[in-house]
Amino acid sequence: MGSRSSHAALIPDEDSLRRETGFSQASLLRLYHRFRALDTNKKGYLSRMDLQQIGALAVNPLGDRIIDSFFPDGSLQVDFPDFVRVLAHFRPADDEDAGLRDPREPEPLNSRMNKLRFAFQLYDLDRDGKISRHEMLQVLRLMVGVQVTEEQLESIAERTVQEADEDGDGAVSFLEFAKSLEKMDIEQKMSIRILK
Amino acid sequence: MAHRVGRAHSMGFQVFVAFSPWNLLLLLVALECSEASSDLNESTNSTTQHEPNVQFAAASSEPDENIPVFVLDYDYVQIPYEVTLWILLASLAKIGFHLYRRLPGLMPESCLLIIVGALVGAIIFGTDHKSPPVMDSSIYFLYLLPPIVLEGGYFMPTRPFFENIGSILWWAGLGALINAFGIGLSLYLICQIKAFGLSDVNLLQNLLFGSLISAVDPVAVLAVFEEARVNEPLYMMIFGEALLNDGISVVLYNILIAFTKMHKFEDIEPVDILAGCARFVIVGVGGVFFGIIFGFISAFITRFTQNISAIEPLIVFMFSYLSYLVAETLYLSGILAITACAVTMKKYVEENVSQTSYTTIKYFMKMLSSVSETLIFIFMGVSTVGKNHEWNWAFICFTLVLCQVWRAISVFALFYVSNQFRTFPFSIKDQCIIFYSGVRGAGSFSLAFLLPLSLFPRKKMFVTATLVVIYFTVFIQGITIGPLVRYLDVKKTNKKESINEELHIRLMDHLKAGIEDVCGQWSHYQVRDKFKKFDHRYLRKILIRKNLPKSSIVSLYKKLEMKQAIEMVETGILSSTAFSVPQLAQRIQGTKRLSPEDVESMRDLLTHNMYQVRQRTLSYNKYNLKPQTSEKQAKEILIRRQNTLRESMRKGHSLPWGEPASAKNIRYLSFPYGNPQPASRHRRVAEFTDNDSSDSELPSIMFKEHSQRDLPQERYPTQEIIPMKSLYRGRKPTNFRYQRNTSQEEHVGQGRRAALRPKPLFRAVDEEYESGEESAEEASAIGPGWPPEHRPSREHHKSHSPLLRRK
Repeated sequence: MGSRSSHAALIPDEDSLRRETGFSQASLLRLYHRFRALDTNKKGYLSRMDLQQIGALAVNPLGDRIIDSFFPDGSLQVDFPDFVRVLAHFRPADDEDAGLRDPREPEPLNSRMNKLRFAFQLYDLDRDGKISRHEMLQVLRLMVGVQVTEEQLESIAERTVQEADEDGDGAVSFLEFAKSLEKMDIEQKMSIRILK
Repeated sequence: MAHRVGRAHSMGFQVFVAFSPWNLLLLLVALECSEASSDLNESTNSTTQHEPNVQFAAASSEPDENIPVFVLDYDYVQIPYEVTLWILLASLAKIGFHLYRRLPGLMPESCLLIIVGALVGAIIFGTDHKSPPVMDSSIYFLYLLPPIVLEGGYFMPTRPFFENIGSILWWAGLGALINAFGIGLSLYLICQIKAFGLSDVNLLQNLLFGSLISAVDPVAVLAVFEEARVNEPLYMMIFGEALLNDGISVVLYNILIAFTKMHKFEDIEPVDILAGCARFVIVGVGGVFFGIIFGFISAFITRFTQNISAIEPLIVFMFSYLSYLVAETLYLSGILAITACAVTMKKYVEENVSQTSYTTIKYFMKMLSSVSETLIFIFMGVSTVGKNHEWNWAFICFTLVLCQVWRAISVFALFYVSNQFRTFPFSIKDQCIIFYSGVRGAGSFSLAFLLPLSLFPRKKMFVTATLVVIYFTVFIQGITIGPLVRYLDVKKTNKKESINEELHIRLMDHLKAGIEDVCGQWSHYQVRDKFKKFDHRYLRKILIRKNLPKSSIVSLYKKLEMKQAIEMVETGILSSTAFSVPQLAQRIQGTKRLSPEDVESMRDLLTHNMYQVRQRTLSYNKYNLKPQTSEKQAKEILIRRQNTLRESMRKGHSLPWGEPASAKNIRYLSFPYGNPQPASRHRRVAEFTDNDSSDSELPSIMFKEHSQRDLPQERYPTQEIIPMKSLYRGRKPTNFRYQRNTSQEEHVGQGRRAALRPKPLFRAVDEEYESGEESAEEASAIGPGWPPEHRPSREHHKSHSPLLRRK
C-alpha cells in the first residue's frame, strides 16, 4: 500500500509491538485498519459490543467465548496492542528462527504452548488452571446440536475428562490438556495464513 | 460455462439406489420408444384408412361422411413435443443421478447429460427419424445461450470475484487468447505436414478451431472436488474463468469468422490484425458497459414495483435479455453484457423485490439455464451418433495433445507472472488443479456445430474433433479430477481419534474460524471501501426502495421464528440416539471405565452432532439455492441462544459463569426507527460483563446499530442499549447505511441484530429499529419471538451466516 509509511506513524509503539508479536509491518498495518474499522465511534479501543457486531461470530457456537478471550481479567476494553497480542497467537509459526531463538527471551506468542494455552482458556472459564467436568460439559453443550440429550452430553464430558485426566483429580490441568493433544498438529489448526 | 454440476443430497434412498438408475433407464428407453413409435406412426398416418367411424385425418382430406372422432396430427406438435420429451428425459436422468449419492462426487454431471444425449441420438438414428431442426445459429445464440450465461453471472459470488478480479481477468483473458492462438497455430503447423492429408485447412480455419476448442467449462468439475477444501481464491479463479471464457471465445470466434468472410487468407494485412485486436477490446468493454447500464436501469425500475410484485421477475429477465440483444445488435459481446447486467443488477434488485419474487427469479433462472444446457447436450449426443463424421487420426490426436499442452503452458506461465503481484500466491498444487480442470463443454460443441459449411468445407472433421475432445476431457478428466484433488490435498490420516481429540479439534476449528472473522477480509479493501462509499452515498439512494411500515415484518418475523423454535424444541426432545452407557452408575462411581463399544458410540455421537465449522470456501450448488445444513445450524445456534436467554430471564437468576461479576451492568441495545413511527426512543447504553451469561450459552449477541445516523434520536452516549437477539434477514443482505464506511465483512450478514438480555434489572426498553434501507417486503426474515414481558415493538432479523446469503 502506497500510504503505508504515513499510516505506520499512527500505530503507537509499533516497533516494540512488532518485536513482541512477530507480525510484519504490513500485517500490523492491516490489523490496525481492521481495529479501526471495528472500532465504531472511534473510541480508540474495542468494547465487547464492537466485536459482537461481527456477524459471523454470532453463528459461531463459540462466538461469545472467543470474544471474551479478547477481554482477559474482566476488562471492558481492548486497545490495539492487546488486540494484536491476542491475534498473535494465531500467527503461523516461523520455522526459520525455531533454532535460533534465544532461550532466555520469553516464548513467542505463537509458540505451540502458547497456542494451547489460548485454547485452554476457552475451556477454563474460572481460570483456576483446570478444566472441570462442569466446564467441559458447558463447552460440549455449546458445540453440539440439540439432538443430543443432556445425559449423553454428561457422559461424553465425563469420558473426555477421564481420558485426559492422569492424576485422578477429576479435572484436566493444562499439562494434561497439552499431553492429550501431543499428536495433533496444533500449528496447522491454530494458524491463520493471512496473519503472516 | 455451459453446464454445472449439482451436488448429491443424501436423501436416504440408498435402498433404492441399486436399481433406481436402472429403473429410470428403462423408463427413459420406454419414453424414447414411445416417441419413436409415434414417429413411426406418423409415417403410416397418411396412408392408413380405418373403419369409417374412426378416421385419421390425412393431410389431404376430402370431406368425409363422418366427423373424425379420433384425430392424430403429429406434425403439428412435433417440435415442441420432442423438445419437451428430451428435456424430461434429461431431468429424469438427473434425478436418478442424484439419487445415487456417490455418483455426483465421482463424475461431473456433464457426463450424464452426454450419455443421455447419446442415447437419444442412438434412438433417433436407429429409428431413422429426422431430428427436428431446433439447433441452428440464431436459435443457439438468441435463445439457448443467454440463459446459461445469465445464470452464471447472477449466481456468481461478487465479493471474492472482485477481490481477485485482476488475476481473473489476466488469467481468463490472456489464457483464452494464448490457448486459442497456440492451438490454432500449432495445428496449422501440423496441417502443413502433407502426410496427414490436411493441407487444405488454412491458417484462419485453424485459428478459428483453436478459439472454439479453447472454450473450457471448468465449473463442471467444481462439484467433483467440492469436498476437498478448495480455497476461496482458487475457486474464484475457476469460476471467473468459466464466466469470462464463453464471452471471450465467442468474441474471438466472431472476429475470426468475420475475417474469414471478408478476406481471403492472403489479403490479410497487419492493419487488419490490429483492427481485430482493437475490435476485441471494444467488443469486450462495450459489452460490459451496456450490461452495466441495463443493470442500473432495471434496478431503478424495481424500485417502483412494490405494488405489482408479480412482474418483478419479468423485469429482471427482460432487461437482462435486452442487454444481450442490444449488445448483439451493435456487434458487441452480448455474453459479457448479460453477465455485467446480472452482476450489477443483483445487488439492488435483491433488496428491492419481494421475497417471493426473489425466489422466483432464482429458480426460474436455474430452470432456464438447465433447459438450455440440456438441449445443447442432447444435440451433442444426437450429432455423435450419426453419419456426419470425418475421422482423421492425426488431426484429432494432435488436437487432444495440443489442448493439454497449451493449457499447461498458459496456466503455469500466466500464474507465474501473476503470483508476483498477488498477496497470497497460488501454489503449484492450485495451478495443477486449474490445469486439470480444463474440461470442455457444450460451448465448444455449439460453436463447432455452427461453423458455416460454406467457409469450412471440412466442417465435419472439426465437429468430430471437437466431440472427441469433449468426450475425452469430460469423461476422463472429469472422473479423475476428484481423486486427483483429494490426493493433492493434505489428507489427515483416517485413524479414529479419541473423544478428547475430536472435541478439541472441533473447538480449535471453531476458534480459528472465529478469529478469522475477527481479522476480516483483507485484500484490496481500500478500493472496495471507496466503491462502497460511492455506492452508499449515491447509488443506493437512487436505486433502492424506500422502506415500508414495519408491522407486517414484525408479525411475520415472530411467526417464523416461533415456528422454528417450536420445531427445534420438538426435534430436540423427541430425538434420541441409541446409547447405552449407564450414566447414573458412572456418575456415582466417578471413574468407571467404559467399554470400547460405548466409547465408539460416544465418539460417533459426538462426531455426528457437533456443529460444523463455518466453511470459508464457497460451495456452488446448481440445484439448491442455499446449503441447508449450515443455515439450519446457524439458525439453531441463534435460537438456542435466544431460548436460553428467555429461560434464564424467566427464572430470573443471575447466571454464574466464571469470575464473579465486578460490575453488573447491562448493556442494552436499541435501534432508532428509521421511518416516522412515533415509537418512543429510549436507548440506554451500559457496559456488561460476560459474567451474566447463562451456563452454557452466552446470549449476548449485541449488535450496535450505526447510531450516528441522520436520524433524530441521537442520545446515544448516555443511554443503555439492550442487547437484543439479532437476526438477519434470511437470504438477503440488508445493506445498512454506514456512517463511516467500515470495511467490515458484517455487511455480508447484514441486518440488525438485537439480543435479548434477560437480566432482572432490565427495564422495559423499546428497541427501535433502524430499518432505513430495508425494503418492507423482506418479510422472509426470521425473527425470534420475544418474551412476553417485553413490548411488542421489537424487531429482529434472523441472522444468516454470511456465506449463505446468496447462492
